[in-house]
Amino acid sequence: MAAIIGAIATTHVPSIGKAIAERKQGDPYWSPFFRGFDYVHDWLAREKPDVAVVFYNDHGLNFFLDKLPTFAVGAAKLYRNEDEGWGIPVARSIPGDPDLSWHLINALVADEFDITICQEMLVDHAVTIPMALMWPGEQWPIRIVPVSINTVQHPLPSLKRCLNLGRAIGRAIEAYAGNLRVMIVGTGGLSHQLDGKRAGFINTKFDQLCMDKLVSEPELLARYSIHDLVDEAGAQGVEFLNWMAMRGALTGRVIEVHRNYHVPISNTAAATVVLENRALAQREAA
Amino acid sequence: MQQDIPGTTLFDGNQAQKGFALNRMCFSFNSAENRAAFLRDENAYCRKFGLTDEQRAAVKSRSVLRMIEAGGNIYYLAKLAGIFGLNVQDIGAQQTDMTVENFKAKLVAAGR
Repeated sequence: MAAIIGAIATTHVPSIGKAIAERKQGDPYWSPFFRGFDYVHDWLAREKPDVAVVFYNDHGLNFFLDKLPTFAVGAAKLYRNEDEGWGIPVARSIPGDPDLSWHLINALVADEFDITICQEMLVDHAVTIPMALMWPGEQWPIRIVPVSINTVQHPLPSLKRCLNLGRAIGRAIEAYAGNLRVMIVGTGGLSHQLDGKRAGFINTKFDQLCMDKLVSEPELLARYSIHDLVDEAGAQGVEFLNWMAMRGALTGRVIEVHRNYHVPISNTAAATVVLENRALAQREAA
Repeated sequence: MQQDIPGTTLFDGNQAQKGFALNRMCFSFNSAENRAAFLRDENAYCRKFGLTDEQRAAVKSRSVLRMIEAGGNIYYLAKLAGIFGLNVQDIGAQQTDMTVENFKAKLVAAGR
């Protein structure tokens, strides 16, 4: 049976890709952020996940406003990145896991999540930068199932809906017959705003609340409306939807084992969190 | 009726309809060939995508606030800004009427 080992959430600011390409990880501006990944590298080396289910938002690479799914699940053998137009290097391709993808797709639709199914899907920096941060070497030793959440075009799905989407995916992974070690990834955030006269908006207090409650009381965060989330986290801080879905997919006893928070990276409050998903006591006993 | 959030335009159905041509043009800038074509002849390129007069004037002015007013979405506008070598910190400074140094300093201060 598949096991959900835990989750990693991280900011995906495009300029991180540039900093990696220019080897600036040790620069005073960048090191407080990159140092936060030392723990992540040790954790991944120890935990050795086979597959990552990645909750992210597309920024106009695979999807345009002509057809924009609220939730889309990848079912490709290989996910390519392409030129995104803002000068970050094109990343390597990432293998998929079509069997797990179709299992999740079948389970989600049976569970009344009417997702869009993508046998071809370009993945943008919101997937590739977390990969490069998690595995800084020559290889990304992982297969992925990308799950795209619309954070661009309002109306956006609610925090509650994203939490429940994650829960449905968590249940489906646990019911998967394949002997896989599955990790969950949530990308983007935390507070930031790129557009309008409020550009540069950061809310450290709200970010701390989100990180503090993510493990213990996600339902409390799920009560925020999208309007309130924009108000508190900034227009692009709504990427926290990806974190909520990630949290929902952790079905066991959840423990935060690592947190790094640093302001700013570019216009963004940068955060990295590692959560472990321990089996529930009654299941261990069963 | 919900209270407006100061300095913030939600990219909703109204904005999406209004900005479709402008955002579609910006989406095309994922291609290096298209970025070069825009630089070669901006007027012709905007015409090809059917920009409204307001959108055309906003692009010409290089003002991101005006482009948002004309329905532009920031993720797409950022691709246009990239053509001029401007990143999100440069356009943040432009929208808030600050120097880039002051805008960056404001962000650093937000973390203290």
